[in-house]
Amino acid sequence: MNKLVTTLLIVIISNVLISSALSTQAMGKTIHSERSLYRNILVEEYSGLRCLKFNVRSAKTQQSCMLVDHPQRLVFNYTKMLFSSLLINPNPERILIIGLGGGTMSNVLHQIYPKASITNVEIDPAVIKVARNYFGFFENEDITAVAQDGRIFVKRAAITKQKYDWIILDAFNGDYIPEHLMTQEFLQEAKSLLSDNGVLAANTFSVSELYDYESATYKAVFGDFFNVKNNNNNNRIILASAKRLPKADIIAQRAKSLKAKLSPFNVNIIEINRKMISTATVQDWPQASPLLTDQYSPANLLNLK
Amino acid sequence: MTNENNNTVAWQNPMIYLLAFSSGFCIMGIELLGGRILAPFFGSSVHIWGSIITVFMLSLSFGYLAGGKLSTKAASLKRYGLIFICAGIAVLPVAFSAQSIMEAIFLAIEDTRYGSLLASMALFFVPTVILGMISPYSVRLLVTDKNKSGQVAGFLYFVSTLGSALGTIITSFYLVLWFEVNDIIMAFSTTLMVLGLIAMIFHRVNQSKSCLNSHAINQQGAANE
Repeated sequence: MNKLVTTLLIVIISNVLISSALSTQAMGKTIHSERSLYRNILVEEYSGLRCLKFNVRSAKTQQSCMLVDHPQRLVFNYTKMLFSSLLINPNPERILIIGLGGGTMSNVLHQIYPKASITNVEIDPAVIKVARNYFGFFENEDITAVAQDGRIFVKRAAITKQKYDWIILDAFNGDYIPEHLMTQEFLQEAKSLLSDNGVLAANTFSVSELYDYESATYKAVFGDFFNVKNNNNNNRIILASAKRLPKADIIAQRAKSLKAKLSPFNVNIIEINRKMISTATVQDWPQASPLLTDQYSPANLLNLK
Repeated sequence: MTNENNNTVAWQNPMIYLLAFSSGFCIMGIELLGGRILAPFFGSSVHIWGSIITVFMLSLSFGYLAGGKLSTKAASLKRYGLIFICAGIAVLPVAFSAQSIMEAIFLAIEDTRYGSLLASMALFFVPTVILGMISPYSVRLLVTDKNKSGQVAGFLYFVSTLGSALGTIITSFYLVLWFEVNDIIMAFSTTLMVLGLIAMIFHRVNQSKSCLNSHAINQQGAANE
């Protein structure tokens, strides 16, 4: 019974924290809000921009935004940077997206590649519902959303020997990192899902020590990879491939041929290409950084410092 | 019973409290690591914690029952120490066979709720039942006066729950940052076994002491004659 008291205390404290987070004022007009099993979900709209938010307090919690009148024009820089993946594999047919958000990425990819099958994996069923109702998330028999933990989906897909040409790992946000999606074992499972030309793009927010550990872990699993970074914030896209990375001239050539195809979506692939830095030329973490494993992955604690 | 207590080493009660504290510490430390251990196979959704907490509460409840029952027959520090040693051994599969157990359950059960529940059962039921036996057994060893039984039980709960609180915070804030999960589990196991051994050594010392005492009394008696 004494253990029960400990557990109850944790519940009470977390409730107090959640309600205090809720009481802070929100920007713009809130058109929908709900409390799901995992988080508070808010849909806000101001001057034609509709955004999905998971918490109110910090500015970095916008998960997904959409221009109501131009839903195909991508808003966030990081979503645009994800398209650097196409320079490694220009013709993805089977796409796996872990972390749905508003479903804008899935929608845009469907427009660019109407024949591609897209599997979206989202842990929170409420987020899938909100994506459908407020962000026009499009589904058909080839474009699906599965309510499941990303790690479990990947593990099962590996057992049934599924292959994907493009895996987008977008399950991290600035507030909380699912630690079991950062480990060497997970990345190995994800790598086993990649087709011959497959590419994995992870949108991550690591700073300080976690940046070093995360980089070392990706390098251990995939070998050299590309960092795609914006100067103005601390998120980066890690671009990894099961094969060796293509040479710079091939990438530049692909960027040229993709330019026209991507510009309607507000994606300047030539500029994005300039932001790609291979770890073969610049390794910006200490050689001896420890790896994150299922046995050791205090990602959120490392990201605090 | 009072006779028995007169002959014990003065440190016996503080030692029992220390052992109860440590068992509380280990229980919650292991429970917290349970989330870490299950996550690669069953995710980190809220129902994982549901499974883990259910199994720990259930096992503790059975443990309290069993510990109380066991304490009615020839309660001794030796048996108390044995409980700790058994607990330490029962914790070991969490470090050594968790991977293969969880893999088998992952393949057999699609629903992560029941998968995680079964995995928690397989990994944590036995060690937590044994750890649960410690509290009632400690009460039996500590209580000498019926009037003070409530006070003794209260102080025991205080100590062991304080241990649980510290086990939770130290494991989640620091130990996972410094060590691998299996190393922490092994440290808990070793701690439990060492404490069990200490309790058994105390039992020995007590025995030889009371032996000496009774010997002395006998001798005195003989001399008087």
